[in-house]
Amino acid sequence: MTTAAPEPKLNMGPPAPRLDARLKVTGEARYAADFPVSNPAFAFLVLSPIAKGRIVGFDLNEARGVAGVLDILTHENTAIAVKPTKFFGAGGRASTSIRPLSSPQIWHDGQIIAVVVAETFEAAREAAYKVRARCQAEPASATFDSPGTATEAAADVSKEHKDPQVGDAAGAFASADVKIDAEYSTPTQHHNPIELFATTCVWSDDQLTIYEPSQFVHGLKYEIAEQFGIGPSRVHVKSPYVGGAFGSKGSITPRTALVAIAAKRVNRPVKLVMTRDQGFTVTTYRAETRHRIRLGASREGKISAYIHEGWEVTSRPDAYLVGGTKNSTHLYGFGNVASRVFIVRADRNTPGFMRSPPEVPYLFALESAMDELAVKLNMDPIELRRVNDTMNEPIGGKPYTSRSLMACFDDGAKAFGWAQRSAAPKSMADGDWLIGYGCATTCYPSQMAPAAARVRLQRDGRVRVEIAGHEIGNGAYTVIGQAAAEKLGVPVDKVSVRIGDSDLPPAPVAGGSNSTASTCSAVMMVCDQIRQRLFKALMPQESMVDKAKETVGLGQTPVTEAAKSDRPLDRDKAFDALGVAVVEEYGEWKPDGAPTDSFRAMHEGKVRIVGGPEMKDWIAYAFGAEFVEVRINRWTHEIRVPRLLGAFAAGHIMNPRTARSQLMGGLIWGMSSALHEATELDGRYARYVNDNLADYLVPVNADVPSVEVIMLAEQDDHINPAGVKGLGELGNVGTNAAVCNAIFHATGRRLRKLPVRLEQLEI
Amino acid sequence: MRPFQHVRVDSAQAAVQAAAGARASSALQSPTQFLAGGTTLIDLMKLDVMRPQMLIDINALEGTRLGLIEADGSGLRLGALVRMADAAEHPAIRLDYPVIAQSLKFAASQQLRNMASLGGNVLQRTRCTYFRDVTYGACNKRNPGSGCAAMDGFNRPHAVLGASENCIATYPGDFAQALIALDASVDINGSRGRRTVPFATLHRQPANTPDLETTLAPGDIIMSFSVPARAWTRRSLYLKIRDRSSYEFALASAAVALDLQAGKVRDVSIALGGVATVPWRAREAEAVLKGKELDHGVLKAAAHAAFAGARTQEHNAFKVVLGKQTLIRALNEAAAMEI
Repeated sequence: MTTAAPEPKLNMGPPAPRLDARLKVTGEARYAADFPVSNPAFAFLVLSPIAKGRIVGFDLNEARGVAGVLDILTHENTAIAVKPTKFFGAGGRASTSIRPLSSPQIWHDGQIIAVVVAETFEAAREAAYKVRARCQAEPASATFDSPGTATEAAADVSKEHKDPQVGDAAGAFASADVKIDAEYSTPTQHHNPIELFATTCVWSDDQLTIYEPSQFVHGLKYEIAEQFGIGPSRVHVKSPYVGGAFGSKGSITPRTALVAIAAKRVNRPVKLVMTRDQGFTVTTYRAETRHRIRLGASREGKISAYIHEGWEVTSRPDAYLVGGTKNSTHLYGFGNVASRVFIVRADRNTPGFMRSPPEVPYLFALESAMDELAVKLNMDPIELRRVNDTMNEPIGGKPYTSRSLMACFDDGAKAFGWAQRSAAPKSMADGDWLIGYGCATTCYPSQMAPAAARVRLQRDGRVRVEIAGHEIGNGAYTVIGQAAAEKLGVPVDKVSVRIGDSDLPPAPVAGGSNSTASTCSAVMMVCDQIRQRLFKALMPQESMVDKAKETVGLGQTPVTEAAKSDRPLDRDKAFDALGVAVVEEYGEWKPDGAPTDSFRAMHEGKVRIVGGPEMKDWIAYAFGAEFVEVRINRWTHEIRVPRLLGAFAAGHIMNPRTARSQLMGGLIWGMSSALHEATELDGRYARYVNDNLADYLVPVNADVPSVEVIMLAEQDDHINPAGVKGLGELGNVGTNAAVCNAIFHATGRRLRKLPVRLEQLEI
Repeated sequence: MRPFQHVRVDSAQAAVQAAAGARASSALQSPTQFLAGGTTLIDLMKLDVMRPQMLIDINALEGTRLGLIEADGSGLRLGALVRMADAAEHPAIRLDYPVIAQSLKFAASQQLRNMASLGGNVLQRTRCTYFRDVTYGACNKRNPGSGCAAMDGFNRPHAVLGASENCIATYPGDFAQALIALDASVDINGSRGRRTVPFATLHRQPANTPDLETTLAPGDIIMSFSVPARAWTRRSLYLKIRDRSSYEFALASAAVALDLQAGKVRDVSIALGGVATVPWRAREAEAVLKGKELDHGVLKAAAHAAFAGARTQEHNAFKVVLGKQTLIRALNEAAAMEI
């Protein structure tokens, strides 16, 4: 075992190497833009230079004069082909309801206003620079405090949104011994996956094939079928590998339909690879947020009041909302709770999911406030969390399916050396470097969604699993393969896994950290169907079948229970008894509490996610504790993070290797969300300024000398058959607060506005 | 990207001849550009900021003296086609001219340093995002007379020294600070023949002509840099301050070279980066330090002198404080060097 392949603890699977590792490191894994198509034309987008207004006209002569230009799509010649879509936040699948090229209207900076198609990428790009659009600009509202924005209560714009509350928070706050009342803010951030946003569309006899990196191949298929008014069987989406997504490739952007329209017009395949800067406005992002938090507590640290108000920027037409109070209000045993969320509409592209969408901003605010409260109480911040730890959530009193928060803090603190921390701010240094230790809680709702799978077992032990899951770097191929291998008693290298293709049985969007829980539960259930057939063939007597049922279960038995009473199955004898060489089963799985229309929705490219705070009798979260050491130069104030450490518990860990990788990436991103990542806005024009990877900072190796991931053994018998609580988005929550808490410890300066830049520190 | 002609040459003379026909008001406006590592030029061509019609590829000259590093008792000579990585790792440069090695090592990424040439590096163009994005109409550097979008825009990365009302774009490089601090000279070849000029005269402050960045004429090619051996070169360093640890341009940097005798400054040289429109020699600060002991009061006075002429904008005022602190820290660290 190595650091990268941690020794499995109780209730963890083996740290199997990634099934696709070799393909990826040798460049053989095909990403969307890698697929060769016959005689492709190349598209290049022309984007709006203004954030609000109208296109008065185009001058396309110079652009058309570029050798190799085949077509230029604008609203003047394409509007009729562009159909309205429904924003995903309003029950649809689209990243925005804004339909570029459907009208001369401009809603945001960098909106698509034309598509140039040419024989080569270079010619398309040259012609794109030569497209002259005459625009009539109107004053645009950039963000909070800009003139012309509109603020609305989230509860007024979304039926689903609730503002959790219990008791009399205002009264409890007023009478509390110790109070915190503070405001926090988080910046605009963009996903910036290394794989650029690409789409290739190929029409063949009214059959459309789309190569596009996708977190939801079935959603993309049904969305495009609806937009073109054609049967879903005529749309095929291929996305076997995704080079990073983080939420940016889940909802359907307007580009896909435009490329399909272009391919139809030029009657040949059209390939689009957007540039890095175009990704900033054609896809989605994490919008900036603001928070006011009031915490009231007794002198012993018992919290009696938690009041959280949040404000989130969204686009003019679409009410994108993260509403993180639905999670933060369930985190501790707060006595009384009140919360409210508002959206602020500005002239911006519509925001969207970005890794831990609600938790990153809302837990930054809460976990910073918790640290402020600990300081005010003169209490160790871990002890403050212990005093307020609970096994029943504070709003409805429901029990957690499992909760190991304080065990995470205890194991993490020990490994980090928290005991060496001297509590007073500015009390630790190494030469010219001030040292600070900080910590914070992370949590992420454990969610699942219906999924279908087809599994085939051959007599020689080879297995094929088919499920339209998504390999976004998470290790989906590997853990799905492991789930089948474990259930069918074969080595994992005998399992071939097919995912990322809309012709496969539907799986949910790879979002909300539901993938492993959903896909593995479905695959395990279908494997149980196969086992059921084999057992029946071997043990035809009634009593033995009952025994087999008892042993194998029908998909609702947690894997650990099944494993405990498992027995070897003689495969050869079973196949002899059945008289066949191959057994294949298809099945559809849905989690407890999924709505009755779940399967129908699944077959229409829609998702019914359940879990987290929404369960009937339980509440389900994965938890963790994160620790950060910062060093700040006394003279020049640059902030460095020599150590990051996280201790996490997330039920059954399918594969400690891929899980560690996810959590490590999360910790790094969480640090980055405090110190590096911010999309700067030019408020005069409502335009992004630093839309490239030189100026939009993400961490480099030198920024993360040491990242340690500890996974605790935890068993959850209530969550789902796989016993899995998703952890893909657990690692990067709370880290930003832990960084700021460490900066306070190092310097005595409390920073409540992200990102932290060195000029904010006056030491 | 616009079509262009690509011409390979195998001698400096051929390069000069190939470029001789081009007519332009300045080297930057010339339709003919030299291609070495291409790490700036090709980027700017993709962005439609630079639109040359012909690239004269001089990489084959790497086998000539343009690819050589030569060090002897009189000083250091660096061929213009030496790659940044090779100079940064050269043992004699690391030992005798640490400020040069560090200014190169702390720039860009290993991949870029493997590609980029020293001659191209000193001509690297600003990272001002309003300059690099052609959809912003106002950029005096790109479109003379059009205005400056950065002046009232997001200008945290912008310059506080050497700026004018027409342009506040920061000179982005690091290596040039080391050259200007060490009194380097630059050897130039062109249609007007060969000449050697002080490196300090290569770059032009924006003033009323931000589009003219250097004193190079169209067709001029940098052949080499020469750094004289001096008492201060061994006690020299480059301190670069930025938001992340690597692969980022400086918010503030200082190249310092110190000649200390009996605790007093016999001679000192200071250049500042990240804060100025051109490689910036801080002679006022040097004057404060000469003949003094480096106590904190003297250091503060020197730093104050270095930034006395600073002009700040909405988001970059911190660079005055940061620049001063960077200089003080660099001088302290240089004084503490064991040589």
